[in-house]
Amino acid sequence: MKRVGLLLPALFMIGFFMLLPLGLMAYVSFLERGVNGGVVWGSYTAEAYIQFLFERDLDDSLLLNTDYLQIFLRSFTLSCITSLLALLIGFPVALYMALQPKPYRNLLIFLVTVPFWTNLLVRNYAWILLLRNNGLINDLLQGLGLEPLRMLYTPFAIGVGLTYSYLPFMVLPIYASLEKIDLRLVEAAFDLGADRRRALTRVIIPLALPGIIAGTLLVFVPCLGAYVTPELLGGGKSLMIGNLIQNQFGAARNWPFGSALAFVLLGIVLLAMMLYLLRFRRTPEETT
Amino acid sequence: MAESAAIELRGLSKRFGHAQEQVTALDNVSLIIRENEFFTLLGPSGCGKTTLLRLLAGFEQPSSGELLLEGTSLAGLPPYRRPVNTVFQSYALFPHMSVADNIGFGLEMQGREQAERAQRVQEMLALVKLHGLENRYPAQLSGGQQQRVALARALANQPKVLLLDEPLSALDLKLRKEMQIELKRLQLETGITFVFVTHDQEEALTMSDRIAVMQHGQILQIGSPKTIYEQPSRRFVADFIGESNFLEAEYIAANDGWAHFRLPGGVELSALEDPLQGYRNGQKVTLVIRPERASLCDAGSGQLQGVVENVIYLGTDTVVYLRLDGADTLFQLRSQNQYGAATALGVGDHVTLNIAPEAVRVLTD
Repeated sequence: MKRVGLLLPALFMIGFFMLLPLGLMAYVSFLERGVNGGVVWGSYTAEAYIQFLFERDLDDSLLLNTDYLQIFLRSFTLSCITSLLALLIGFPVALYMALQPKPYRNLLIFLVTVPFWTNLLVRNYAWILLLRNNGLINDLLQGLGLEPLRMLYTPFAIGVGLTYSYLPFMVLPIYASLEKIDLRLVEAAFDLGADRRRALTRVIIPLALPGIIAGTLLVFVPCLGAYVTPELLGGGKSLMIGNLIQNQFGAARNWPFGSALAFVLLGIVLLAMMLYLLRFRRTPEETT
Repeated sequence: MAESAAIELRGLSKRFGHAQEQVTALDNVSLIIRENEFFTLLGPSGCGKTTLLRLLAGFEQPSSGELLLEGTSLAGLPPYRRPVNTVFQSYALFPHMSVADNIGFGLEMQGREQAERAQRVQEMLALVKLHGLENRYPAQLSGGQQQRVALARALANQPKVLLLDEPLSALDLKLRKEMQIELKRLQLETGITFVFVTHDQEEALTMSDRIAVMQHGQILQIGSPKTIYEQPSRRFVADFIGESNFLEAEYIAANDGWAHFRLPGGVELSALEDPLQGYRNGQKVTLVIRPERASLCDAGSGQLQGVVENVIYLGTDTVVYLRLDGADTLFQLRSQNQYGAATALGVGDHVTLNIAPEAVRVLTD
């Protein structure tokens, strides 16, 4: 009984602030949209889900409309690229950190977390200053006699911003799993004839896999639903799912469609995570 | 010389750290390890034996000196290019690989075919008596089994030299004894040169063809287990390997192949004269007498006398501690309990010791 009592606050939090709103959203997604926003309570329809893939012609026949699907695809592509970039940058950083003497390591962990001390908005504005047409990077390019590049308000800017924002979420879990690796295993690999590359691919990376999986999920999932960065660096165009959903609740006044989009996203994320975890499911030695 | 050198060290030194805080782990060590030899580096922790092994494996680079394998210098060769394999103290088995993949790892790195690897893995499993465990993971094995996998993995590459870094220290006593015999068998069967590092003198005596006793980064003595035990060249060696009684004495004279020494109390002891050692008159020496080489005798026929201070019964043996007359040192005497004679002694008994000249080893350091 006591144990149930201790669980109550957590159950309350999850129930009241997560399950209840989710249920409400699910309910709303099957309602008819109100003319001035909101919904018409009591009139049920699957229109919101139909709208995701089709549009209605004048004679009410359904036509395939891939606009929204494309935004989803773009979001997925950007999230994949961001995760990959974060992995490519984050893994060497984490490896470097794990190989430093202990006191120095703690300093490096501290440094990795320093960006969190600044508000996400401020950090994104900083990127605007760097990337805009007459920003620092273009000034530098022109100073070198090169053509300025158009970077701000492109998917490139979103990718850079997202990679920057979520990099610590990649570095820290990978570092945590690299730090636990017994360096004698690496020596053993060398001793048995593995050069540096193969010691990395056959011993270090497989042993760091739990951290790599955790880091990738921690970057990929929030990237999919990212809102602030695409809004600021993408120029407010509906380039990613987050902005699309926000739009439906805001300017478009289509709450049921916004809710439906959120649920489609949720479903896809869950599916992707299950496939990913299934692919890298734990090997037997970790079960003991 | 019939046997050729597998490994030769020439003035090898290794220093760690910088400037003031520099520590010398190996100090100008020269050494030849013969082919097909079971060679042991024996010494207390911090004596440089593990550093020497790591230099051989290539994990460390020497500060100065040369390291040759079958006559070719190993300078600058990374560990993965050396035909040398290591059995690590902690085994260092790859936790994410099965036993078969662990054993086959070295062959895979050499680019051998899958079929050849599988066959070799089976041979190795047979060699270390681990049939049927190829699909297990290291975490599913006992310490002794992990030890055997580590051996099989290091031997699978057919190295010219196998380096063993205190591989038995994590095993319990019974298993350790078993593995000592097993290691010796493996060495004879494979014909590979073994370089074994240990701080356990008994382990060293049991398995080795030759032992190098190390202290403070230097080799004090190299020899067969018998030589090391019976003719220690230094006080440290005599003290580190087995038990010893040390008696300070001074040289008096030599005649008919005997050298005579006088203890502070005036008692005289004789030793076999060592033609290589020329003693000066009155030279201070240390006489080393192994506890089992001294014996009790009737009053009047022995040289040393003392009072029993302690009697310790050890099952096979009894150890008696004596306070020698005229000396402040305790003398240890060990006798087999074959006839039960020594156990009859009681604390406070006056006894006489007989010490044969053959039992006395003279040290000048």
